[in-house]
Amino acid sequence: MQTPTSAQSIDAAPKRTISTTLAGIDWRRYVIYIGFVVVFIFFAILLGNQGFLSATNLLNILRQTSTIMVIAVGMTYVISAAEIDLSVGSIAGLSSVVTAMSISAFGVVPGIAAGLVVGVVVGGINGTLVSLLGIPSFLVTLGMLGVAVGTAQWITNSAPQPILSDAFNNMFGSGNIGPVPSLVIWAAVFVAAGALVLSRTKFGRQVLATGGNRKAADFTGINTKRIKFTVLLLSGVVASIAGMLYAGRLQSGRFQWGDGDELSAIAAVILGGTSLFGGSGTVIGTMFGALLIGLINNGLVLAGLDSSQQQIVRGAIIILAVALARRK
Amino acid sequence: MNATVNAVEMRGISKSFNGVTVLTDVDFDVRSGEVHALAGGNGAGKSTLMKIMQGVYQPNSGEILVEGEVVKITSIQAAKTAGIGMVFQEFSLVPSLTVAQNIFLNAESLNRAGLINDSEARRRAREIFADMEVEVDPRAEVARLGTAYWQLTEIAKALAQNARVLIMDEPTASLAKHETEALFALIGRLKARGISIIYISHRMDEIYRIADRITVLRDGRKLFTEPLTEITPEQIIEGIVGKKIEGQLSYRVREAAESDTEPLLEVRGLSAGTRVKEVSFTLHAGEIIGLAGLMGSGRTELARALFGIDRIDSGEVLIRGKKARLSSPQRAINAGLALIPEDRRDQGLVLDHSVRDNLLLPLLGQIGNGPFLSAEKGKLLADSLIKQFAVKVDNPGRAVSLLSGGNQQKVVLAKWLGTNPDVLILDEPTAGVDIGTKSEILDRVRALADEGKGVIIISSEYPELLAISDRVLVVRDGSVIRDIPRNEIVDEEALQLVVQGV
Repeated sequence: MQTPTSAQSIDAAPKRTISTTLAGIDWRRYVIYIGFVVVFIFFAILLGNQGFLSATNLLNILRQTSTIMVIAVGMTYVISAAEIDLSVGSIAGLSSVVTAMSISAFGVVPGIAAGLVVGVVVGGINGTLVSLLGIPSFLVTLGMLGVAVGTAQWITNSAPQPILSDAFNNMFGSGNIGPVPSLVIWAAVFVAAGALVLSRTKFGRQVLATGGNRKAADFTGINTKRIKFTVLLLSGVVASIAGMLYAGRLQSGRFQWGDGDELSAIAAVILGGTSLFGGSGTVIGTMFGALLIGLINNGLVLAGLDSSQQQIVRGAIIILAVALARRK
Repeated sequence: MNATVNAVEMRGISKSFNGVTVLTDVDFDVRSGEVHALAGGNGAGKSTLMKIMQGVYQPNSGEILVEGEVVKITSIQAAKTAGIGMVFQEFSLVPSLTVAQNIFLNAESLNRAGLINDSEARRRAREIFADMEVEVDPRAEVARLGTAYWQLTEIAKALAQNARVLIMDEPTASLAKHETEALFALIGRLKARGISIIYISHRMDEIYRIADRITVLRDGRKLFTEPLTEITPEQIIEGIVGKKIEGQLSYRVREAAESDTEPLLEVRGLSAGTRVKEVSFTLHAGEIIGLAGLMGSGRTELARALFGIDRIDSGEVLIRGKKARLSSPQRAINAGLALIPEDRRDQGLVLDHSVRDNLLLPLLGQIGNGPFLSAEKGKLLADSLIKQFAVKVDNPGRAVSLLSGGNQQKVVLAKWLGTNPDVLILDEPTAGVDIGTKSEILDRVRALADEGKGVIIISSEYPELLAISDRVLVVRDGSVIRDIPRNEIVDEEALQLVVQGV
């Protein structure tokens, strides 16, 4: 009696061969990692002689990518919740300026505090307008982009604000801890914390649910307005810290710092596999997205392309990667 | 030769999907200038038949004649050319365009330079509305208009394409009373112009007011076509309901809830919006209340108000004798309520997320490990819910969208029961669910009531309602008009008659 059933179930059991295992993997999800490795190997072979693989160059890539990576961590949350934050670059600029001016007037600790206040205030206004008044975040943050950078330029009369505190400069971006630049450590801390919170906390899960289906999240009792507020607030604060990293690395505050970073950050997030329509996102993916962009920038410079050619190649690679990673 | 030529005639239509027969040898005809009602229970084949007429589906056999000529309706475009128009219930208008732009969407008249001539469109729209004897501003943006105007625009759109036959599916469900009257007057005028109308409705009073003949479908077959002067509402309802297969969904007498104890939920004079008016009832622990009513009667709105989604205007809700402020879903959940919403795909699930993540969404507080979520605990909890509800899923890590409708519904139920609510509100919990899963879900609901939970269930399927409810509240126009103990309802027909107010 039992025989036919058991024979059937043996037949039905999947034969685990390498080809079926590979076919079973949803490789689109890993496009960013595959892409990263392919581009790395490509440059390693092509540019090995130009010093691409040297420790100094590799550390350079990391250092140049760090600030964008920090901003992109915050952006991952915003996009996962099906919103967007275009004001991050100019928040970074405003924060760098406010921090620099406060350090020279009041000292290092008040300076850092003032920089953070910039993030809290601007991010908080973004969040309030989006969640309470229901204005699309695209418009709110597009407006805020202008307001923040304009404020930074106005209060400084467009002049750079030097930072003379070595303590600040070493901590935020200029210094090293052992062989590792402090910038890279900052980025690593943000990536680690961001990845953990998004994938392993109640808040992270609620962000993804809000972005995935806001109505279902509401019906489940999640306060989706608060989630939208919080992600924009966080993004603002993270951007203000990125501004301080600029200030520390360049030992000055200037309204141009961070100019255009919003687009690089969004590119890194989307390359990393976060859905532009919300609902799915990974911070580790974002890190590789940022690294891939850094890698391409570095490789193209070493290859001797001028900046106009770099832009073309970079743009083409981003479109290609997103096209390969899209679902169905 | 027939003396009267039918506007549309369908002969011997059969249709099956993946081996499941939906229509068997159905004949259906509509005369010019006739209002022909089409009725039947869920799954009787009404919508499939209409979709075949509109060219959405192709029949496996049978033919369609328009004005006496055999035509092949292979696409919606072909149906339009043949003069068949649909007044969609889920309106097919673009909200950001004007009325006139919508009416001539994709059929815009162009000026000599090949550009769209909007003023010509407005002029023609005005003409159509004048013929319909209604007042609609062709320049108005559709998004700013009320439902009744959307419907008028839909009708105008069909008329602009020279439709000779209009299909209206439950057209009054979302209309207020005076708007319904206006629609009926319009239907009368269209009829006088020789336009035929196929009127799909469950409302006997409306059918008797406006229709000339009625066709009743049951289980994919035509039961009868009769002039309404020669048939009683009782006969129609009996035809729709039919003899159900015994034992499929039958009422099991449950131990009566103790009605002298303090009620679990007491609703006093609750009003919310325009669709919930002065509703009062009590629900005891272990009791299952069924809400019966026609579409648009306010059942769903009552559930939404109780769950804090829609604002309560007046009245109060007491839970275990204590006044509860239900101003948001969070508060309702904290007060011990759970709502299984009407539309599981839109309101119940995050479709792209895994089965496990969906199950755990309201339960994140239970799987904490310090500030972090424990993957281990989450897995255990999700697996136990999956087992408890017999959800058929190979890998809970895969997207919930890959499950069948019945299994998705089980996930929504399981998700909510993990929160251990006192009062469970189910809105159409078995819509689009196969019969096996249906009785499984009903068994689970009974078991929950046996454990001492209070259950409110909304269903348009009366056999289901009668199989599970201890009491049935009949809702009409936002008010509870009857509160009937289950043992006083003889059968489905009797309940239908009360709901219809016949």
